[in-house]
Amino acid sequence: MRIPSWIRQHLAAARALLVLTVVLGVAYPLAVWAVAQIPGLRANAEGSYVSRDGHRVGSSLIGQSFTDKQGDPLKQYFQSRPSAAGDGYDPTATSASNLGPESIVDTLPDPKLKTDDNAKPSLLTTICSRSKAIGELDGVDGGRPFCTRDSGVGAVLAVFGDRDRQGRVPHPTRVVSVNEQAGVVKAPFLPTYEGVKVELAKYGEDYSKGLIVPVKGDAPAKPAVPADAVTASGSGLDPDISPAYADIQVKRVAAARHISADQVRKLLDENRMGRGLGFLGEPRVNVLRLNLALDRQYPVKA
Amino acid sequence: MSTTVAGVLFIASLAVALAVVYRPLGDYMYRVYSGTRHSRFEKALYRLIGARPDSEQTWGVYARSVLAFSVVSVLFLYLMQRVQNHLLLSLGFKPVDADQAWNTAVSFVTNTNWQSYSGEATMGHLVQMAGLAVQNFVSAAVGMAVAIALVRGFARKKTDQLGNFWVDLTRGVVRILLPIAFVGAIVLVAGGLIQNFGSGHDVTTLAGQTQHITGGPVASQEVIKELGTNGGGFYNANSAHPFENAATWTNWFEIFLILCIPFALCRTFGRMVGQNRQGYAIVSVMATLAVVSIVLTNVFQLMHHGTVPTAVGSSMEGVETRFGVSNSATFGAATTLTSTGAVDSFHDSYTSLGGMMTMFNMMLGEVAPGGTGSGLYGMLVLAVITVFVAGLMVGRTPEYLGKKIGSREMKFAALYFLVTPMLVLFATGLGLALDAGKDGMLNSGAHGLSEVLYAFTSASNNNGSAFAGLSANTPFYNTATGLCMAFGRFLPIVFVLALAGSLAKQGHTPESDGTLPTHRPQFVGLVAGVTLILVALTFLPALALGPLAEGIH
Repeated sequence: MRIPSWIRQHLAAARALLVLTVVLGVAYPLAVWAVAQIPGLRANAEGSYVSRDGHRVGSSLIGQSFTDKQGDPLKQYFQSRPSAAGDGYDPTATSASNLGPESIVDTLPDPKLKTDDNAKPSLLTTICSRSKAIGELDGVDGGRPFCTRDSGVGAVLAVFGDRDRQGRVPHPTRVVSVNEQAGVVKAPFLPTYEGVKVELAKYGEDYSKGLIVPVKGDAPAKPAVPADAVTASGSGLDPDISPAYADIQVKRVAAARHISADQVRKLLDENRMGRGLGFLGEPRVNVLRLNLALDRQYPVKA
Repeated sequence: MSTTVAGVLFIASLAVALAVVYRPLGDYMYRVYSGTRHSRFEKALYRLIGARPDSEQTWGVYARSVLAFSVVSVLFLYLMQRVQNHLLLSLGFKPVDADQAWNTAVSFVTNTNWQSYSGEATMGHLVQMAGLAVQNFVSAAVGMAVAIALVRGFARKKTDQLGNFWVDLTRGVVRILLPIAFVGAIVLVAGGLIQNFGSGHDVTTLAGQTQHITGGPVASQEVIKELGTNGGGFYNANSAHPFENAATWTNWFEIFLILCIPFALCRTFGRMVGQNRQGYAIVSVMATLAVVSIVLTNVFQLMHHGTVPTAVGSSMEGVETRFGVSNSATFGAATTLTSTGAVDSFHDSYTSLGGMMTMFNMMLGEVAPGGTGSGLYGMLVLAVITVFVAGLMVGRTPEYLGKKIGSREMKFAALYFLVTPMLVLFATGLGLALDAGKDGMLNSGAHGLSEVLYAFTSASNNNGSAFAGLSANTPFYNTATGLCMAFGRFLPIVFVLALAGSLAKQGHTPESDGTLPTHRPQFVGLVAGVTLILVALTFLPALALGPLAEGIH
């Protein structure tokens, strides 16, 4: 009996796939692994682990959180960037925030609930509150454009009223600060807008009919808290921070370890990395390596 | 050195490196596909496959071989995921759900590598290396084979033979992809990528918490993911993950891997049709579009317009410190100009216009320089359309490389071009009309629309990157993007092979005074213009509703 040609074709395809699977799917990765066993490559291939007193404390390529059980920063350590990987720096759940550049209106929590899972802060509010917290922790100005100064949320108004041809609202009838919730915030960041009193937002009210207007405010365009300090990285495992973010943390770390800022700065300088070959990537500081060096040289006295 | 200067040097050094390998790599690939000798290893493979390497195929048989191989691959990959709990190195993961397994199987076979799963939480090591990574090799080799078959259509005359698919597939894998991948994988391990078969280790961090550091054969998969313009990450974070892209220079190297074969194939094309200048013309179109796109993406990202980027003072959301904004923008442009879809930063958080550029790159049809193979055949179809348009202007029968572009050829070229816009726009419309589509959006308003538009653009063009806020692991998105990927890959391949068959049958038309020269800057400009106009006419309305509405106040 002759096998029809279309079946023969699929049999050939199946055989080809099996053969190629053995070559490319088994032999090839094993061969790469075998070569990677030579000294110099082996530590990399295993995961670039770093150890202290014979115990692995992490990987120099994978960032970690330097926070206590409540999630508050441990003052004696340089802090990593915010992370969207799981509960923070979880290598089993790597992720970015994926929030867009105009994610500026919060979904407010139900004040009756202890924690409301439906509540969702906008990216803007997340950044504003991080900036405020870091400013307070490290003793610098935490203000940013489009952020409210006191409540530390996105400074965004919903402006109600008839629109003109350009889509603006020349004569507002009602103005709400959408990210500042009544009961949480005492007073809105602006008392009045275009002569209309600004209201606080209330849970459950729909402001989507209003024109959404972010208010830039008078914060400097280049804030004291650097960009990487308030944004989540792509992987959620970023092992580095910018030199600028390291710089603002020096004083706080020195105080927590009862040493001088210069002593910390010296270690920091030893751990700065420039651009690869002078032009690849950006300058940075590996946080785990720096903190390990600090612990080694200036252990925290219990 | 300022960020801008460093960013420019980064792009310039890539351009130089690509120019340096253009000739040697292109010439090498020419010899690979034109040679008549088989190595002993290849002969053994042909015997195991049951192929007769010295017999050639008509376009129909060639196409059926491509399809048969792909169908078998989808089935195999689907089964592997469904029974992964019984396989070695499964890491204790359960079988992948049916809709997701279908989506992933189609995704990797079509060179898309759209991922609705999270690698570190779903796939065991064996599925990754013996399932997904194998498709990274062979789907790239299939693309190259189809491109070579089309070039043979131009180069040959009065024949119906286009070569042997099994030979082209085997040679692409054994002589081109595997050697480069092997060396590249070692280079990447030197840069810090991991290559082991363990499940990882728990460590106690300085702060006293437990952190699970993962293991896996990452380097061997990473290199072919870029070289084959596949893009499917070992991890959810893809090339942003330090274990996939550890250093500033690995980032450069990965972009180089993405771009080297698609550009160098133009040289191969020039050699095969016997006129290197034709290859230079095509590569010039690709390079022009690529440079403009990369520069624009960099400009938009560095200017960091928009509310959140202004508040931050930089487009750092979703960007790694070691790469920075500029190098990430270059990676983002390179990955969408090709059919790669790997990301080292997250496009969903890009500025509106920066994010639009990544989408626009895919809408170009991924031809600048495009995927391995698929970029070349896509660009050659656009060249065919261009000579047709030019022929209409002067009222002469259009010719390209000594072949008459008649109605039969134009029908295949037009059908080729229409497939992806049809898929993208229809599926996006459906996604926005159905609750199942809208429920997946993470962001609201115009940005939510962009997420859906990006998803179907990416799937239909076989890119695989995403505005990753979209919850794509739902039956609706798994099914719909799966269909888009399958149609977006195989319909164009069939049209390209049909076109090749029709061209090969013709004799050679000698050049006359009325023949449009296709190696001059004029033609380069024409092809680039036709490409941009076709894309703009097709997609501007959709872009206006998404990123343009968001970015322009």
